[in-house]
Amino acid sequence: MKWIRITETENIPPREGRVIAAGKELPADPIAIFNLGDRFVAIENRCPHGGGPLADGIVGGATVTCPLHNWRICLDSGRVSQPCDGAASTVRTFPVRVDEGVLLVGISETPR
Amino acid sequence: MNKLVLIGNGMAGVACIEQILKFRQDFDITIFGDETHVNYNRILLSSVLAGEKSSSDIVLNSIEWYQTNGIRARLGVAIREIDQARKVVIDQDGNETEFDQLIIATGSSPFVPQVEGVNKENIHVFRTLDDTRALLEKSAPGAKAVVIGGGLLGLEAARGLQVQGCDVSVVHLMDTLMERQLDPAGGACLQRKMEELGVRVLLGRKTEAFLGNGHVQGLRFAGGEEIGADLVVVAAGIRPNAQLAREAGLKVNRGIVVNDFMQTSHPDIYAVGECAEHNGMVYGLVAPLYEQGKALAAAVAGRTAPGFSGANLSTKLKIMGVDVFSAGSIEEQGEGLETVRYEDPSQGVYKRVFLRNNRLVGAILVGDTTDDRKYLEWLRSGEDLSAHRRHLLFPPPMADAGSDVAAMADSETVCGCMGVTKGEIVHAIHEHGVSTLAQLKDRTRASTGCGSCAGTCSSILRAVSPDFEDESRKTICGCLPFTQEQLRTMIRTQKLRSPQDVLDIYGNGEGCAVCKPALSYLVDVTWCGDHHEDRSARFINDRVHANIQKDGTFSVVPRMRGGVTTPAELRRIADVAEKYKVPLVKVTGSQRLDLLGVRKEDLPAVWEELGMPSGQAYTKGVRMVKTCVGNQFCRFGTQDAISAGVELETRLENLYTPHKFKLAVVGCPRNCAEATVKDVGLIGQEGSWQIVVGGAAGKGVRKADLLTTVETTEEALEASEVFFQYYRENANYLERSYDFVERLGIEKIRKETIYAAPEVRQALLDRLRKSKDKSYDAWLERLAPRPSQFVTIQPMEHQTV
Ligand code: SRM
Ligand SMILES: Cc1cc2nc3c(=O)[nH]c(=O)nc-3n(C[C@H](O)[C@H](O)[C@H](O)COP(=O)(O)OP(=O)(O)OC[C@H]3O[C@@H](n4cnc5c(N)ncnc54)[C@H](O)[C@@H]3O)c2cc1C
Ligand code: SF4
Ligand code: FES
Repeated sequence: MKWIRITETENIPPREGRVIAAGKELPADPIAIFNLGDRFVAIENRCPHGGGPLADGIVGGATVTCPLHNWRICLDSGRVSQPCDGAASTVRTFPVRVDEGVLLVGISETPR
Repeated sequence: MNKLVLIGNGMAGVACIEQILKFRQDFDITIFGDETHVNYNRILLSSVLAGEKSSSDIVLNSIEWYQTNGIRARLGVAIREIDQARKVVIDQDGNETEFDQLIIATGSSPFVPQVEGVNKENIHVFRTLDDTRALLEKSAPGAKAVVIGGGLLGLEAARGLQVQGCDVSVVHLMDTLMERQLDPAGGACLQRKMEELGVRVLLGRKTEAFLGNGHVQGLRFAGGEEIGADLVVVAAGIRPNAQLAREAGLKVNRGIVVNDFMQTSHPDIYAVGECAEHNGMVYGLVAPLYEQGKALAAAVAGRTAPGFSGANLSTKLKIMGVDVFSAGSIEEQGEGLETVRYEDPSQGVYKRVFLRNNRLVGAILVGDTTDDRKYLEWLRSGEDLSAHRRHLLFPPPMADAGSDVAAMADSETVCGCMGVTKGEIVHAIHEHGVSTLAQLKDRTRASTGCGSCAGTCSSILRAVSPDFEDESRKTICGCLPFTQEQLRTMIRTQKLRSPQDVLDIYGNGEGCAVCKPALSYLVDVTWCGDHHEDRSARFINDRVHANIQKDGTFSVVPRMRGGVTTPAELRRIADVAEKYKVPLVKVTGSQRLDLLGVRKEDLPAVWEELGMPSGQAYTKGVRMVKTCVGNQFCRFGTQDAISAGVELETRLENLYTPHKFKLAVVGCPRNCAEATVKDVGLIGQEGSWQIVVGGAAGKGVRKADLLTTVETTEEALEASEVFFQYYRENANYLERSYDFVERLGIEKIRKETIYAAPEVRQALLDRLRKSKDKSYDAWLERLAPRPSQFVTIQPMEHQTV
């Protein structure tokens, strides 16, 4: 697991998400990082419905609602919680940690 | 005239006087009350503590009532002595008042266990309005409050203090909450609900001492455990106020002993309410006390009427979202006793009924109390339930929605507090044309006690009254179990200024994409823009002030007031479109230009270079005022539509509304800018303007209703503003004006806007002005953006750790 330094925690206000530009150590699809108030979570910034930008969604608890057509995605598991659609694919999640006010995202070295 | 004296200006005594006045007007009545307030609804003190009602909302009899009925009210005066031989009462100042008949209705006092340290400051009881005010004053966000007593009163006090922001624990001596009304399983279910609300519950704790010097700082329980406290409420039971009667030599056990006509051992002295003991029973709920009052009133007035013969007890907890009902006897064991129960912990529902010989003797409902009346009726009638055995806990599947009301017997009690039956309500509807809950309250007093029967009353009104109008009872979503109307009240009374505060105190603390934008609107409009803006609770459009497109880019619609532009503006728009490679420039359906496909990062620069304000095309706010050319150029024009439209847009722009708000101004009835299908339309005529509201030409088409016709342009603008603010304050979030006008009816809207008293109209305008002063062009946020508001975050140096 590689830990990539991303940004200072204050750049992501409580209960909001922000998009991280793709970089050479990060996956080609941008990552969204959310501040849940008491912790941070990171997932791929692509809604499984139509590719909507999840970072722009409204956060309630550990769920984000996609701004385009209101699909709800669990930020811990990456699973779609609404609508109930068994075929919906799961959004990739990434571990996050905070080190002296800086957010780090963990990328597994063997790409999936 | 017969001199009638009442000691105790409380619920039972005054209700009894009201009843006496119905029979006879020829008494010379004096009422002594040691509280300084007029008669109020003690039951609703819990709602006052929870901020749902104000002290003036709970007044039962105003001072005018005493005056019109010729009653001498001696408020703030306690009676110290009764001389039964001389038939006088003596007050605290030694003054004597003679009586021919005396009614003692002194109620009861909170029982406070005399443990060590009980006299410290900030240890309170919860019985009177003054107690409630003191608690409201002492409670503060973050204060540690401890309530001693896990009965009805204690739990309601706990919830009230919690709503005030306190960190609350309930301490109970027993192992079950409300153990007099619930069995252990029901108590456990209730406990989970209280804990879900955020109230800590400590069972099996006997308070041994209050700690701290001067002020209370904590409690010690038997066994040595200690907890901290800044404020303590003792709700450990009540004791009848019978001392006065005892000293007067009347017969007293626990309460003042009375017969079926509430007569004490002295034939001219009566007792009623919580201070009286009938057949070994002292009652602590208003329903039986009102029954006692009726028997007493008949006796004093010399009527022959049935006496009081005891009552079935039923209790309902008055905490929103925590439904608890208990009635009759809930003894676990006994000859021939059967019980039937249902439990679903995931839903928080628990039900149990107690039967003897197929007849109901008791019932417990937690989490779902919709059928409480059915059980009360079964208890009252004592009917054989063999035929209902399959449906004891759930109603049989319903044939049609109205059958629930139809199935009720006329004798069935709907309002337990005031003892109003279904038959009396139906009578009021037919005989007195009652069609709203408010009228029903006035006429029958139904639903004026604890208020928990309001739903049933509405169902009866809906089923029986030809012109019943439903008060919308819809909640926004599952995160908050309240209607928008209730939320507005809570926001105002609790001084909540951010959506998160509302969610923390009244909801699940989290919220979702449905309720958060709604709450954002409600706090904004309630505080006229003086709220705490929480952008995380806003839809993305309102975080970046542009409309999100299907590919994640945004559209930009600058404001062009009245659809009027200039060559310079058009040139700048063209330059921006080229410089930022805007994929599409389009004339919109609202008389302005749309730049579609702008990247989020480019928004601040695009706005800057346009040099025009936001057209709010992305939000629930004031979109635009369409205009026609009007008399400036048009040969038919009778009014200057452009000037009026530009002025109207200037007055309302940058304000937010329950749903988007579109206006139009036209110079004559040819209506070239479609004013008759807008939220507000101004239609010019020779020498006057028509103001029309609630029009639509979107998903549906609705011709706007005429609000009023006025002579001058200024009057036309003001009428529009009054309606606009009225809509902002009264519509549900996401309710367009066409639904709002349809729901309320134009007559009611006229009455409350243009025909309202000048002060009312002025107040609407003042609040509008206040909001307007706080409002600003959202695109100016480019000058001081929030943290990474418009940017994609670039990762720091790619370091491996
Ligand atoms: C751009 C525009 C179409 C155009 O190219 O002309 C437009 C575009 C959209 N309309 Fe509209 N409406 C536009 C004029 C209208 C009009 C005509 C008017 O304003 O006179 C109507 C009928 C009048 C009305 O409002 O009822 C109209 C009735 C709707 C409705 C149905 C509203 C209803 O309650 O009946 C929606 C859906 C909604 O709001 O729930 C809607 C929603 C939308 C949304 C916001 C859909 C969305 O949520 O993304 C579209 C945004 C496109 C974008 O990304 O910018 N739009 N839309 C017009 C922008 C006007 C402006 O300058 O602000
Ligand atoms: C917070 C709260 C919530 C409640 N909720 C419910 C509920 O949901 N349902 C329900 O049925 N019941 C409820 N009750 C109980 C209900 O309020 C009482 O049963 C009812 O008020 C009793 O009426 P009363 O007239 O006997 O006594 P009170 O209403 O207490 O009236 C007695 C009055 O006499 C005055 N007084 C006493 N001694 C003297 C004296 N010597 N001289 C002059 N005046 C004197 C007292 O100050 C008081 O004002 C609740 C009570 C409280 C405090
Ligand atoms: S009519 Fe439908 S497709 Fe066209 S802009 Fe309006 S919402 Fe979008
Ligand atoms: S793209 Fe996310 S819900 Fe449609």
